Amino acid sequence: MSNTFRIGGVHPHDNKAFSAHKQITAVPLPQKAIIPLVQHIGAPAKAIVNKGDKVLVGQVLAEAGGFVSAPIHSPVSGTVTKIDTTNDAWGMPMPAIFIDVEGDEWLPEIDRTDTLKTDCSLAPKEIINKIQAAGIVGLGGACFPTHVKLLPPPGKTAEVLVVNGVECEPYLTCDHQLMLEHGEEIIVGIQLVLKALGIQKAVIGIEKNKPDAIEHMTKLANRHLGIEVKPLALKYPQGGEKQLIDACIGRQVPSGCLPIEVGAVVDNVATLYAIYQAVQKNKPLISRVMTITGKSVKNPGNYEVRFGTPLSEVIAIAGGIPENTGKIIGGGPMMGRAMQNIEMPCNKRVSGLLFMQDCESVRQEPENCIRCAKCVSACPMGLEPYLLAKLSAAQNWERMEELNIMDCIDCGCCLFTCPSHRPLLDYIRLGKGKVGGIIRARQMAAQAAKAQAEAKK
Amino acid sequence: MNTILISLLVLGLTGLVAAVLLYLVAQKFKVEEDPRIDEVQEVLPGANCGGCGFAGCRAMAEACVKATSLDGLLCPVGGNATMAQVGEILGMAASAAEPKVAVVRCNGTCEARPRTSVFGGTRTCAIMNSMYIGETDCAFGCLGCGDCVAACQFGAIQINPETGLPEVDDDKCTACGACAKACPRNLIEIRKKGDDGMRMVVLCSNKAKGAVTRKACKNGCIGCAKCKSVCGNDAITVTNNLAYIDADKCTLCRECEAVCPTGAIHGIHMPLLEKKAKPAPAAAKPAASAAEGATESKGGFDPECAAKIKALPTPKASFPNMIKMAQNK
Amino acid sequence: MKLIVAPAPHVHSGDSVRKNMLNVIIALMPAFIVAMIAFGWGALITTAVSVLSCVLFEWLITKFLMKQNSHIGDLSAVLTGLLLAFNLPCNLPLWIVVIGALVAIGVGKMSFGGLGQNPFNPALVGRVFLLISFPVQMTTWPRPIGFSGSYLDAETAATPLSTLKDAIKTGDNTLFESLPTMWDSFSGMIGGSLGEVSALALLIGFIYLLATKTITWHIPVSILATVSIFACIFAAIAGMPICAFLTTTLFAGGMMLGAIYMATDYVTSPMTPLGQIIYGIGIGLIVMIIRCWGAYPEGMSFAILIMNAVTPLLNMYIHPKRFGEKVAKK
Repeated sequence: MSNTFRIGGVHPHDNKAFSAHKQITAVPLPQKAIIPLVQHIGAPAKAIVNKGDKVLVGQVLAEAGGFVSAPIHSPVSGTVTKIDTTNDAWGMPMPAIFIDVEGDEWLPEIDRTDTLKTDCSLAPKEIINKIQAAGIVGLGGACFPTHVKLLPPPGKTAEVLVVNGVECEPYLTCDHQLMLEHGEEIIVGIQLVLKALGIQKAVIGIEKNKPDAIEHMTKLANRHLGIEVKPLALKYPQGGEKQLIDACIGRQVPSGCLPIEVGAVVDNVATLYAIYQAVQKNKPLISRVMTITGKSVKNPGNYEVRFGTPLSEVIAIAGGIPENTGKIIGGGPMMGRAMQNIEMPCNKRVSGLLFMQDCESVRQEPENCIRCAKCVSACPMGLEPYLLAKLSAAQNWERMEELNIMDCIDCGCCLFTCPSHRPLLDYIRLGKGKVGGIIRARQMAAQAAKAQAEAKK
Repeated sequence: MNTILISLLVLGLTGLVAAVLLYLVAQKFKVEEDPRIDEVQEVLPGANCGGCGFAGCRAMAEACVKATSLDGLLCPVGGNATMAQVGEILGMAASAAEPKVAVVRCNGTCEARPRTSVFGGTRTCAIMNSMYIGETDCAFGCLGCGDCVAACQFGAIQINPETGLPEVDDDKCTACGACAKACPRNLIEIRKKGDDGMRMVVLCSNKAKGAVTRKACKNGCIGCAKCKSVCGNDAITVTNNLAYIDADKCTLCRECEAVCPTGAIHGIHMPLLEKKAKPAPAAAKPAASAAEGATESKGGFDPECAAKIKALPTPKASFPNMIKMAQNK
Repeated sequence: MKLIVAPAPHVHSGDSVRKNMLNVIIALMPAFIVAMIAFGWGALITTAVSVLSCVLFEWLITKFLMKQNSHIGDLSAVLTGLLLAFNLPCNLPLWIVVIGALVAIGVGKMSFGGLGQNPFNPALVGRVFLLISFPVQMTTWPRPIGFSGSYLDAETAATPLSTLKDAIKTGDNTLFESLPTMWDSFSGMIGGSLGEVSALALLIGFIYLLATKTITWHIPVSILATVSIFACIFAAIAGMPICAFLTTTLFAGGMMLGAIYMATDYVTSPMTPLGQIIYGIGIGLIVMIIRCWGAYPEGMSFAILIMNAVTPLLNMYIHPKRFGEKVAKK
């Protein structure tokens, strides 16, 4: 069996040396924390604290707004000053809770020691409840609430847990460092999830550019039956959920389906670490490890940041914004978006900050498409980016839907590989948004029609 | 001789057979159509802009012929004259519709609304809007990439390089609404043109709170509702921190314009109010000022911002051109 | 400081149109060297005139007719000129070469809107135009003479392909003895258009193109495989020496040049691997049909142009294999 996914992919320069093997350091608490209420996919959380309330670290600030949603806990202790809006990284307003930080007092039930706790007597259902209550979402980037994945819909059963330790995005090293420093905890996290799902098999996918992580995790995994480390050949976007399943267990998730369709559940190593913390130590998700890196950053490295800390303060710890910065990217260079507002608070979504220099920041001028088909062979979903981009520019949404635009995972391989520097993904993303809207509208209309028909009966 | 004869015969016979076949096929697939559809289509302008609400002039002609009255059917391009002609052909009275015009409800000039970032993606409004707030801090204002310019078939809308905003040429605008559809921020309103083009408009679409609006743009409507209180005709409503003037109720008294603290309300094609030191809004003086602005003052443009924009991918392969190319194919 | 805000991705492979064109040009260099060894000054002058006039015409047309910035920096005109020259006999009068370049660039490429828009391979459009307009000049090939003497008066000779054609027509198997040896036709010491004679040099270029990932294997391999199979079957049925028939078919004429460099032209070949294989098989079949039963001894140009016309159809109906298209077995 091959040790990578089968269709497409590209090989960007990984540039991980800047921050690789830098010890995870904690960033000091901010003076004022701003906690956004939307930090996950799904319904926004509903604030349950009021202005003037005193809160402790780990206290629930906002409860989940539905099944596909997650509660938000206070990452700091202090007084709630207001519940208002703040701007996200792209300048758009979002609701948030503002807290003036006073000291660092934690809820008493949270175990803040570093001792490893391996045994767990909880029933599967209890584990899942704890994960849900701790507000854990997928920390790989999509921020999908984790408990939803652990409760397969009726008729579907999970068979394998696929653990994402790939970190295929260039520059980012936070997952790598997490595996090196907290490997034991991750393994316990895996066992907890296996127990919750009632399955025995887990595969940890790690790319071969992290040999020390492969060695370390293999050593730890060998002590446990059913957990296996699979070294994977370098190829972007191996960390994409569907690509990872293909690479690790050789199954392809059908178009439009979730991984559970082929019996797989995917979790990132950072998520598993958070699960360990939540279940064994009662610590909800209030911080994450993020990479701050870039060619001219003074102190690139891996930082543990409490949510609510304005990114500008995190940047200051890493040595401030370098002189020649053109772009600041939230996440990696392949999928992260460049940010407009660096006052945005850190939240569950931000896996890294990448500073691009002026000269790297401006795209080259697009030339004519020479129909070289490089985008077609690079597309990991087997789509035809050149055609989709053209259709999107011509606003031919119907044809785009026929050509499975909704399969696009936004990985950026097409634009990365295009010799004519055509902005393929810009147009495809636009088209995907439009087609998605059309499909949703159609579903709503169908549902409404159905409801009406039933009402008539 | 024989060869010539045979060739002639063979060719002639082939031609004959083909002709008969063609005739039979044409008979078989003949579609009976009301001949008046052609006549109506003849008088329609043929721009196929879709401004009437139908897919094109042909569809509009069919709809006219089918309809029992011409009420509600209007070709915005041809206007009343065309509809009168259509009415003549169909023997129906065409109701006169008031002339309308596109109005861009944003006055966030480069000067009033400082640029805070530079967009490095494909420079079209649709893509910029789907990505983030835009190059300024206003989440509602014009993005300035000219999707509306590309959508206009009549060359009636142009970006003024001085203000960075689109300007509508009243004479060329047919109110077909293509620009309004193209604008991802819904800034363009198809509005009553008014006598001699005189109309009162709130040139702002910002629904954010007053303080936020003011921080982003000097010319924005902050929703203070002063205009509402001075209006004697109940023409002004303020919803979501944004004032709106009902063109049907407005008497052009200009009280609101005088009282507006940010100058968001403008009397278009009207003389300057005395208390106003600033020149008339951009929309009132089209092309001429654009040319002047290009040569004389670059005041509105932050030079750093201009240089960066210049260094970015040019609009050559941009949305407008790509659409045009796709359309021409 | 103003930040630049842009959607992902923020890095690029560094690939460019220019690099790809340059790679093909580099890959053609071994064949060019062999052509110089074989034909001397004729090869050099014809190539130089063809390349220069292609670039000049492209520049003139973009500048004065289309009023755009010229794109000659992307080297596509250089490549067209090079490929056109490689398809011409080296003793062709230079004014004919210039006409060929004008048709290739003017009609074949710029009239459709420039690079990326042309449905047919420009160099082949030029070549076929010349073949039809100047059949005599275009089908008299000099013997390989090297740099000695005046190339214009070089002795002309029948090409292996015309010998083969005679053999097919007459059924006279003794003609096979007059064919060049396998090594001669492989290395390029035979008559023919200037760039097509050395299969060896062209194959070296092919390896370079594959190594730099400029092209994929699909088109050349499917063409050559189809042709080989067809040739073996045809020779076996006609009772001809299979080996001689096969080597002449593969190594003589424009087979290698066409399969590796002309059919793989990005703009005019299909986008999907399956489409490329069908396209290759189509070219292989058409070229063999022309060579075995058609009027011309050579049919590569026509075969490629015909399949160029089919390319949009292949692009429309053949889509790549999508991820997860087949529901995975449980």
